Amino acid sequence: MIMARASNKTNPARELVFGDLWEYDAAPETADPKLKKRYDLFINGQFVAPKKGKYFATINPGNEVKIADIALGDAADVDAACKAAQKAFTTVWGPMPGKERGKYLYRIARLLQDHAREFAVAETMDGGKPIKESRDFDIPMAAAHFFYHAGWADKLEYLAPGRQVAPYGVVGQVIPWNFPLLMLAWKIAPALAAGNCVVLKPAETTSLTALKFGEICQEAGLPPGVVNIVSGAGETGAAVINHPLTSKVAFTGSTEVGKLIMRSLAGTEKKMTLELGGKAANIVFEDAPLDQAVEGIINGIFFNQGHVCCAGSRLLVQESVAGEVLARLKRRLATLRVGDPLDKNTDIGAINSKEQLLKITELVKGGVAEGAEMHQSECRLPAKGFYFRPTLFAKVSMSHRIAREEIFGPVLSILTFRTLEEAVEKANNTPYGLSAGVWTDKGSKILKMSTLLKAGVVWANTYNKFDPASPFGGYKESGFGREGGKQGLMDYCKVG
Amino acid sequence: MSARLTITKTPKCYVGGAFIRSESGRVFELKDQKGEFFANVPLCSRKDLRNAVEAAAKAGPGWAKRTAFNRGQILYRVAEMIESRVEEMAEALMLGGATKVEATKEVVAAVDRIVHYAGWTDKYEAMLGSVNPVASAHFNFTVTEPMGIIGVLAPDERPLLALVSLILPAITSGNCVVALASEARPYPAILLGEMLAVSDLPGGVVNLLTGKRAELVPTFATHEHLRAISGVVNAEQRKALRLGAAESVKRVRLGKAEEAVDWEAETMQGLEEIRALVECKTTWHPVGG
Repeated sequence: MIMARASNKTNPARELVFGDLWEYDAAPETADPKLKKRYDLFINGQFVAPKKGKYFATINPGNEVKIADIALGDAADVDAACKAAQKAFTTVWGPMPGKERGKYLYRIARLLQDHAREFAVAETMDGGKPIKESRDFDIPMAAAHFFYHAGWADKLEYLAPGRQVAPYGVVGQVIPWNFPLLMLAWKIAPALAAGNCVVLKPAETTSLTALKFGEICQEAGLPPGVVNIVSGAGETGAAVINHPLTSKVAFTGSTEVGKLIMRSLAGTEKKMTLELGGKAANIVFEDAPLDQAVEGIINGIFFNQGHVCCAGSRLLVQESVAGEVLARLKRRLATLRVGDPLDKNTDIGAINSKEQLLKITELVKGGVAEGAEMHQSECRLPAKGFYFRPTLFAKVSMSHRIAREEIFGPVLSILTFRTLEEAVEKANNTPYGLSAGVWTDKGSKILKMSTLLKAGVVWANTYNKFDPASPFGGYKESGFGREGGKQGLMDYCKVG
Repeated sequence: MSARLTITKTPKCYVGGAFIRSESGRVFELKDQKGEFFANVPLCSRKDLRNAVEAAAKAGPGWAKRTAFNRGQILYRVAEMIESRVEEMAEALMLGGATKVEATKEVVAAVDRIVHYAGWTDKYEAMLGSVNPVASAHFNFTVTEPMGIIGVLAPDERPLLALVSLILPAITSGNCVVALASEARPYPAILLGEMLAVSDLPGGVVNLLTGKRAELVPTFATHEHLRAISGVVNAEQRKALRLGAAESVKRVRLGKAEEAVDWEAETMQGLEEIRALVECKTTWHPVGG
C-alpha cells in the first residue's frame, strides 16, 4: 500500500495531451452570418454612403480573407450623424416618456437574442475570437445589457434622490475592437436609457456587428437619429469626440488615446468617461484551491486571446506554491486548442490584426531578452491568419517591460511574493488600476485584499466575470467613470 | 504711561498641522477696507505646494481609515470651532469688502455647510454604494473609496463659503485636501487654518495655501499625487488644469469663475459633491462552499 503510493508519486500518470496524437474533427459553426458585401454608414435611421464615397476592407483575421467593404466616414459624415442625433433628441427621444424609451430597449434586447447566432458568427469572423466566446459570452451579454438598462428608463429619478436628473443630449462614443458588439451595448444601452441619443464609432477592424446593429435598430422601429453608427479610422473617432454637438463623450481604448482625448477636450466643458488600459494582478495565495485557481489564471489571461483591458496579465503567486502552480499551468497550456475561431472546440482564436500580432511579438521578444523564462504551447498554428502561441513567462521581475506594459495578447507574466503586504505592494505598483484577482480559501482575506487593492473591480476566486448590474471601470490611469449598474448609468445623466 | 502697543498677527499657512511661512520667504501685502496695510500673507511657492501634498499623503491613510462616525464627530467639531468665533471670522471677510451683514451670513452658512457634511460621513456610502444582483453565485457589491489627495482652488467670491464648500465633500469621504485660498481675499483661509488646528481634524488632512493662482496652477495641474482637482477657476486655468490632468488621467471637476455661483444654494452641497470625489470599487465575492 505504502509502496504503491510511493511509486505513484515518482511515476505520475502520463498527461492526457490529445493535441497532435488524437486530432479533433473540425467542428465549424455553420450558421449564416447574413453579411452584405458592402456596409454603409447608419445615420438618421438609414444606411447611407459616406459623403466622400470611400470604403475600406474588413478582413477575417483567422484566415486573412476579405469579408466586406466598410464605409469610411469623415468629419462631414460625423457632422450629419451628430445633427441627426440632436434632432432626434429634441424632437422625439428627449420628450418621450421613460417607459416608452424602455420598451424600445427591450425590443432591441429581444431582437439581439433572435439574431444571436448570426451575430456570433459575424463577430468571430470579423474579430477572430473563438465562436464559443462570441456565442456564449459576447452576444448574450450584449442583449443582457439592453435588457437591464431598458428597465431603468422609467426609474431615473431613483438615481439621485432629491435631485433632478436629465440626459446630456448627444453622446459621442468610441469603442475598441476586443468586444465589438458588447462594448457597443455597454455604451448605447445606458445612454439611451438615460434619454440621450448617440453617435458611435466602432473600431476600424471590427465594424461589422456595429453596422449590423443598425439593422436591429431599424427592425425595432427605433426613431431615426437616436442611434447613429459612423465607421472609419482614428480621424473619424476624433471627429466624433470633438464635434461641438457631443456634450458628453465615452471612450474605451488605450490609456495613450485616452490621454489624447483628455488633451483635445481640455478647452471644452464636455463630460467624459474613459475606460482605458490595465495590467491587472491575479494574486494566488497558498491556501487557494489550486485547480480552480489554475483554471481562473488561464481564463484570466487567455480569454479572448488576452485582448482584454482587465486581463489578469500579471500572475502574483505565493512563493510556497509557485512551483506547483507553474507546473500545473504548463500542463494546462499544452491542452489549449489554438486555431480556427469558427471551430466550436477552439479555445484561443486569432489575434485581431497583424498590427497587434507584431506588437505582441515585439513585447514577447523583449521579455526573453530581459531574461524572463518563456514557456510556450507547442501547438500547431494555422498557416494563414494571425495567431500567437499562448505564452507564460516565469521569473519575471517588476522592472521587466512584460510586467509593466499592457501586452493585450495571450502572454502571462509570473511573479512571486511572500507576504500579503508584498502582494499588495506589487499589485498596486502600476499606473493602472482597472481590475485584480484574488485566490484564497479565506473570505476575510478576500475582503482585506479587496480593500487594499487600488482597482475598480476585484474578482475573488473567479476572473473576467461581467454583469450588466455590476459596475466596471478603473482607478488611476485606467480611466474614470463606470459602466454597468446604477453607477454606470449615472455617468449618462446630468444631475441638476 | 504710554498706550499699550497691540500685537499684530503674522498670518501663516496651515500645512501638515503646523503653521508655516513660505519656504521662499516671500509674502504679499494685504490691505484692509481703507486701503491701509493689514498684514503680510505668505506667497506660497510651487515647493510649498509639493510639501503640502507630502503632508497630505502622510495624513491620508489614517484619515481614510477613521470610522465614518469618527469623521462625522470631527467635522462637527470643526463647525463648533467656527461657530464660537463667528464675529472674528466675519471681520476677516469684511477685510475683503463684505458688509457686516453679508460677512456674518457667509460665516454661518459655512458653519451650516460643515454640519451638513458632518451628517453625511456615515450615510453617503449607503446611497452611493450598492449590492448588485449578478447572474452568478457571487455576492457582488460596490463600495466607494476616497480618491486620495484632492487639489482645491477656491474662487475670490465668497472666499470662506466657497472654500469650505469645496473642501468638505472631499474630506467627508476620507480624502485629504491641498487648497489654494482666494488670491484676492486670503485672510479668511488663514483664520480657518487656526480654527482647524484647534478642532480634532488630524494635521495634514486639510492644508491651506495662500499665494498667486497663476503661479501655482501648473503644479496643481501636473502633480501626479493630486488625484483630482476641484475648484472654480477661469477658462484659461480650466484648460491648463485639464491639459495637465491628462498626463496622469487625473479627475477634474471645475466650475466657472466667470459665472455667478449661488454658493448658498442647496444644490451646492450634498451627495453629488461627495460622489464626484470618490472611486467605486466592485468586488465579486464567491458564495457557497
